[in-house]
Amino acid sequence: MIPTNFDYFAPTTIEEALKLLDKHGDDCKVLSGGHSLIPVLKLRLAAPAVVVDIGRIKELRTIKVDGDTIRIGANTTHAEITSNADLKKHCPLLCETAAQIGDQQVRNRGTIGGSLTHADPAADWPAAILALDAEIVARSGKGERVIKASDFFVDVMTSAVEPNEIVTEIRVPKPAQPNAAVYLKVPQSASGFAIVGVAAQLKIANGKCEDVSIGVTGLAPKAFRAASVEAALRGKAIDDATVSAAAAKADAEAADAMEDIHASGDYRRHLARVYARRAVQAAAARA
Amino acid sequence: MSFLAKYIGQKVKRTEDPRLVQGIGHYVDDIELAGTLSVVILRSPYAHAKINSINVDAAKKAPGVVAVYTGKDIEGKVGLIPCAAAAPDMKKPDYPALALGKVAYVGQPVAAVVASDKYKARDAVDLIEVDYEPLEAVTDIEAAARPDSPVIHEELGTNVGWLYQAGSGDIDAAFAQADKVVSLKLVHQRLIPTAMEPRGVLAQYFPGEKQLNVWSSTQIPHLLRTTLAAMLGVPENRLRVIAPEVGGGFGSKLNVYAEEALLGWIAMQLGRPVKWIETRRENMMATIHGRGQTGTVEVAVKNDGTLLGLRYNVIYDLGAYLQLLTPAIPTLTGLMLSGCYKIPAIQLNCTQVYTNKMATDAYRGAGRPEATYLVERVMNRVADELGMDPVELRRKNFPKPEEFPFATAAGLVYDTGDYAKALNKALEIADYKKLRDEQAKARAEGRLVGVGVSTYVEICAVGPSVMLPSGGWDSATVRVEPSGKVTVLTGVSPHGQGEETAFAQIVGDMLGVDMNDVLVVHGDTDRVQYGIGTFGSRGLAIGGTAVAVATDKIVGKAKRLAAHMLQTDENSLTFENGKFVGAPDDKSMTIQEVAFHAYQAHNIPPDFEPGLVASYFFEPKNCTFPFGAHICVAEVDKETGEVKILRYVAVDDCGKQINPLLVAGQVHGGIAQGMAQALFEEAVYDENGQLLTGELMDYAFPKAHQLPRYELDHTETPTDVNPLGAKGVGEAGTIGSTPAVANAVIDALAPLGVKHVDLPLRPEKLWRLMNN
Repeated sequence: MIPTNFDYFAPTTIEEALKLLDKHGDDCKVLSGGHSLIPVLKLRLAAPAVVVDIGRIKELRTIKVDGDTIRIGANTTHAEITSNADLKKHCPLLCETAAQIGDQQVRNRGTIGGSLTHADPAADWPAAILALDAEIVARSGKGERVIKASDFFVDVMTSAVEPNEIVTEIRVPKPAQPNAAVYLKVPQSASGFAIVGVAAQLKIANGKCEDVSIGVTGLAPKAFRAASVEAALRGKAIDDATVSAAAAKADAEAADAMEDIHASGDYRRHLARVYARRAVQAAAARA
Repeated sequence: MSFLAKYIGQKVKRTEDPRLVQGIGHYVDDIELAGTLSVVILRSPYAHAKINSINVDAAKKAPGVVAVYTGKDIEGKVGLIPCAAAAPDMKKPDYPALALGKVAYVGQPVAAVVASDKYKARDAVDLIEVDYEPLEAVTDIEAAARPDSPVIHEELGTNVGWLYQAGSGDIDAAFAQADKVVSLKLVHQRLIPTAMEPRGVLAQYFPGEKQLNVWSSTQIPHLLRTTLAAMLGVPENRLRVIAPEVGGGFGSKLNVYAEEALLGWIAMQLGRPVKWIETRRENMMATIHGRGQTGTVEVAVKNDGTLLGLRYNVIYDLGAYLQLLTPAIPTLTGLMLSGCYKIPAIQLNCTQVYTNKMATDAYRGAGRPEATYLVERVMNRVADELGMDPVELRRKNFPKPEEFPFATAAGLVYDTGDYAKALNKALEIADYKKLRDEQAKARAEGRLVGVGVSTYVEICAVGPSVMLPSGGWDSATVRVEPSGKVTVLTGVSPHGQGEETAFAQIVGDMLGVDMNDVLVVHGDTDRVQYGIGTFGSRGLAIGGTAVAVATDKIVGKAKRLAAHMLQTDENSLTFENGKFVGAPDDKSMTIQEVAFHAYQAHNIPPDFEPGLVASYFFEPKNCTFPFGAHICVAEVDKETGEVKILRYVAVDDCGKQINPLLVAGQVHGGIAQGMAQALFEEAVYDENGQLLTGELMDYAFPKAHQLPRYELDHTETPTDVNPLGAKGVGEAGTIGSTPAVANAVIDALAPLGVKHVDLPLRPEKLWRLMNN
């Protein structure tokens, strides 16, 4: 719980931060809200020579609705997302997800960009980001690239972000039916992370599912889109039998299930199926 | 003794809180002495291993390092870690402050590095090379007791430390006469106390004065002083122990730890102040744990529900070594085996075993939650077997109020009680009949809803002194200063309980002064006369009584002087609202005026001792026995096993309440911890003795959002053991709630044929049960 020595930089512009990353390479870690990195430093699971604190880069802490796209700066805290009026109107799934992260202190410090980059397989954001078909913008000294949510999560604690990159923005296409969405989770009783979390965004017309996307976190080494469930729902009437049958496939994309002292793989699979059904039903009920 | 009721009985806000919520109080780590060095401890990564060698050369040469010590350096210089509760026939291993030759649990201190700051000390710890030879770990307590188990302490020849039997009455006859015998095997899982503030020690030595000062986050500053003096060979009157702000203890700081002795010794070696602040990981692996019993309870009962006898055969997990009170904890379980029922014959058979885990010891409730849990669980099993309502079974076996003092076959005499009254009140608040109707309806709809009742009695303010190794009394000095301000020195050592407030209320009312003029001083052995400390819900009932009696002595003495000065007879004066009145010509004197004259001493009676100071050491003649009834309504999610608490009603009776706000605070926190034990809290070691719940990411202590709203009420049955009539309430919530929640959840699962589930009632466990 006592970290090793490191050099600390607190740049105020992205350019300055990227220069530091280029200079220090693999010896460098990026600090945003600190809620993932600081515990790792304290436990000496990481001992970077340099920490670049991007928390003072103001341009990374914004929420903008830009036509059909919602742009959230990577340094925006979970608490800011929870209470943002534009998001409540245009994409309440983001608010609902943010509100279920950790506790108030964590939400006040932790950031969406930091959480996504850390790629904890039990974090809440991945489920929502996948369900919203969002894009993550990463910048390096060489320029900017846009990564699809479905390509972003690589493995346990591994995202597509390169060591010389900083996540700058999360771009979320405005959902057609903002209210037809939900994030449900079974929290691990100690950490509050998701044993399983399911985010669903639907589009329903005349009782029929016109579109659906479902993100599942906690179950597998990386969060994933429950494509089999989505396929079984798309174009179908949202009735109990259809939803139940579809949700039974919620773990189909999970080749491996996580196992720890809090839950077995079997139980996680079971929870994913139950909660996929509940999520679709709840989202449909809100439509 | 007489009281105003201006403060006593009122919901007075804690006077401690403004400094604490602003973060301007002083805990050990907030105290900064110039030139302080930091200490970091190297701890064993193995649960069981021989130490072949330790090489500290590289660590000693590391930047900033001043000294490195191992077990060999302190052998014969720092005394062994003491146990005050080991019976003479107990097999007891030596427990050095730094490991010597072997380690027996993960987290055991192996070496200490002293450096200019904690980062350098921590870096140097990684440079110490220890050649460990791992041995097979003993982790399962039932296996540990078997003859074929590896032996942890070879010199003892066995892992069985102590076989202990207690109880009275003809137990064989009870079982012979029974219509039915109901038995239940249950596990009281290990728990980690997890005080908000981890431990910490700061030590400073003055070689000229030969004075050692030790600041420690402890519940027992005086007992620690006596013990450290013996461990370090420092005269007790040259050793000062200070417990500054202490951020909770729950029993975990009712102890004497390696680091307290080590830091004192290192300060004396180096002549510089040294500080060690426990990290959360260290706190979880190397501060005492609680509970840790696996036992079978058997009850002999008549068909009409009359209890005849109870036997509890239990194996207790001592951990690797004995801490201060380790072996005593299950003896408290034994003493409370009668619960709040008439049971003519009781027997405890306790086998205490060593395992390769951290020592267990007192954790909130300390042995009593185990008793209440097992009694209240088996009462429900008995009710099931007899087809009785669990409430009726309880009611039938309560002693009546007029039967108190009530002697139990477990060996105690309960002071006062009206168990039916508390239960009836809880049933009324919960509307028990309606709850059962709603439950029937819910069950018909296929929902799993359960109602759990627990009625408990517990033991607080343990006394007389022969019942505790330290003695069971406590002390107070009350000084009315010349200005009329009042200073109270208490021998108890509050660390969150709020006695600065409660004692000021008592003194304020007794002296008729503003309670803000009363300063309550505690936790410093150089400022306060000897005392025992704060644990076992004793602070108010014993420490508060000492304060009240000392204050009463002050009033008596002041009255003598007032009578002298007012030229009247003492008996004609009365003391009202801080004034002595009743003198001729309506003359009167305030307590403040009397105090001034008591110190000035220009006009005092011939045999009058100047000053206005009184001390009292209160020796209780018995323990106190608070009680209550808790009712929980819970629903189990049929698909997932998740538990939702729908309602929680608690009626507690802690005797006279000095401050209902403090009582409510204790009950809230207590229920939270008891509920967490029932639902999710558990220290998990793997088969190699590695602690898998070694941080708050994995150890599920309760958070506010995980808890329901409580519906609290109380009855008030004063004790006759002390003049305040107060019994104590620090642990009641913990004791009453675990069985209430367990009974509710298991009742919810009853339609599926479930008769018992061990704690914690985690969703996957229930899901598997429902699917088998």
